[in-house]
Amino acid sequence: MAEVILENLSKSYGKQKAVIDMNMTIEDGSFVVLLGPTGAGKTTTLRLISGLEKIDEGSVKIDGRVVNEEIPAQRDVAMVFQQYSLYPHLSVRNNLAFPLRSPILKTSKDEIKRKVDEVAEILQISHKLDNKATELSGGEMQRVSIGRALVRDPAIFLMDEPLSSLDARLRADLRIELKRIHHDLGSTLLYVTHDQIEAMTMASHVGVLQEGELVQFGSPREIYENPTSVYVAARLGSPRINLLPAAVFNDTPNDVHTLGLRPEHIAYGDGEDATVKRIEHLGDHTRLHLDFKGHAVTGLSPEGNPYTQGSTIKIKPVNPLCFNEAGNRITGRVA
Amino acid sequence: MSFSVTEPSSRQKWFAGTLVITYALITMIPLLWIMMTSFKTPPDSISYPPKVVYEPSLEGYVNLFTTRTRLSPEALAELPPPENFAEEIVRNRNMVIAGPSKFGGRFLNSVIIGFGSTFLSIFLGTLAAYAFSRFKIPLADDLLFFILSTRMMPPIAVAIPIFLMYRQLGLSDTHLGMILLYTAVNISLAVWLLKGFIDEIPREYEEAALIDGYTRFQAFYKVVLPQAATGIASTAIFCLIFAWNEYAFAVLLTSGTAQTAPAFIPTIIGVGGLDWPAIAAGATIFLLPVMIFTVLLRKHLLRGITFGAVRK
Ligand SMILES: Nc1ncnc2c1ncn2[C@@H]1O[C@H](COP(=O)(O)OP(=O)(O)O)[C@@H](O)[C@H]1O
Ligand SMILES: [Mg+2]
Repeated sequence: MAEVILENLSKSYGKQKAVIDMNMTIEDGSFVVLLGPTGAGKTTTLRLISGLEKIDEGSVKIDGRVVNEEIPAQRDVAMVFQQYSLYPHLSVRNNLAFPLRSPILKTSKDEIKRKVDEVAEILQISHKLDNKATELSGGEMQRVSIGRALVRDPAIFLMDEPLSSLDARLRADLRIELKRIHHDLGSTLLYVTHDQIEAMTMASHVGVLQEGELVQFGSPREIYENPTSVYVAARLGSPRINLLPAAVFNDTPNDVHTLGLRPEHIAYGDGEDATVKRIEHLGDHTRLHLDFKGHAVTGLSPEGNPYTQGSTIKIKPVNPLCFNEAGNRITGRVA
Repeated sequence: MSFSVTEPSSRQKWFAGTLVITYALITMIPLLWIMMTSFKTPPDSISYPPKVVYEPSLEGYVNLFTTRTRLSPEALAELPPPENFAEEIVRNRNMVIAGPSKFGGRFLNSVIIGFGSTFLSIFLGTLAAYAFSRFKIPLADDLLFFILSTRMMPPIAVAIPIFLMYRQLGLSDTHLGMILLYTAVNISLAVWLLKGFIDEIPREYEEAALIDGYTRFQAFYKVVLPQAATGIASTAIFCLIFAWNEYAFAVLLTSGTAQTAPAFIPTIIGVGGLDWPAIAAGATIFLLPVMIFTVLLRKHLLRGITFGAVRK
């Protein structure tokens, strides 16, 4: 439990810049989610904080001290790796106990047993404690990796897409469990994910990375409602935001190049014609795939879905997001 | 009937099995012959045609471990009755046991030098291989090539410089000298083999250990070593087999204190002709340590011998 501050953090691998001049404050007790496509520098950021990678420039401060020169063990961080990294020669129990037996923590036997049992309970792996780590399914392995972080009480938890290899049901369970653990322990978390539900539901703050740069940092709501660029807008939202050339609508200001329409920015029954191409019933909601002047637009059908495939309906943008030619947000209005 | 892509048919299995057994039999015949000879009496061992069925005797083993002197039948008759089976066997040839032979000491030399150099090769080889595998070492590829190049000629080609150097340094006919020599020959093999095995171990395991609160050396010791056990075991067997069987340097550099069994066994000469059963008994006993070592490490060897091709 501590505050972590990144100042002008940079890292390159040869010519490839992985992290560029990153500034970020991860407040004590916050749950920060890093979003970005593959190669954006998320993993590298975690590795720089944990000390697995040497910092080129800038600094990492944990709990007020600059840790640039400290080895990972001294930094007091826990990390869940993107690929599972259980010690194959140890049993599940010994994997979970491994960090507690480190020369730094030196936990007593009883305490180790208590913590391991507790974490195994939370992660639903109690019945596998005496298995070898190699005798687990992928999902179980990943749960043990998470468990190996949770047995500790580190300054910060670093988690690199920890739930991505799990099935949907377990992912939903663990999402709630992680959120609860975060709430109960008041721990600080930096969490990498592709999954926007994870980002929206768990994060207190979201940081969006683009090619090594932190392009926006704020609450999930802020990122969703007020993205500063097309790139950020495309990171959150399901279905994805519809990006249309401004020219398809009349009377848009000249400097607006692209319009971003989230499903809630589309009003039905008024405006211009669109054809219903396909209807997807997803149980709790229904998606409409429309053709609007030759552009594909995806929206959410109103309650009860009054439309059928092939029918023509009228749609109209309501307070869409406007972007200029460079893809940056313009806070203007379309009439 | 079902066909499977991966599972061989019973005919294929039968064929493969026959092939392997035939090959095994062919390679085993000399070994079998040596073991059989070791249990023959000297006359049986040189009879023609060779005897396949014979009455087993421990005379070879007794002769291997003892020195004997011949007595006249009158002197023999005056001796008290033989105390043990060895004495009895020797008396039948009109001899008495004069004392132990040098074989025990030479065998012990082989054990010390063989296992000592294997341990040293593995110890140095593992550390070097780990460094080559994990750290950015300037000119790493050139260094590795240089290490391998020490094996590009037969070691015996440098016998004379080594002989002179060892005489200067006082390493001739010492255990330390032989251990260093065999380690020097084995180390390149050890580094290369072990680097292959360590390369196969994902770095994530050590990184996880670093984060879990361990130093790099502790991570190496607690995580890398157990996982490299297979590779270490098979490399150790290769090193041991070389050091154990080495003959040329042993003959050249050792004659007394540090003489190893391979150099000693051919010098066993019986009374009136070569004592084949004793030589065969020496060879049989000589085979045992490598066999036991290999059997003990068998579990690791079978997986390790594929050089990391099959993992998990
Ligand atoms: N060990 C490495 N050597 C060379 N390039 C690397 C290494 N690790 C990461 N990179 C490069 O750095 C960039 C950021 O990678 P990474 O942090 O793994 O992205 P992410 O986790 O967001 O997918 C990528 O372009 C990647 O190719
Ligand atoms: Mg990554």
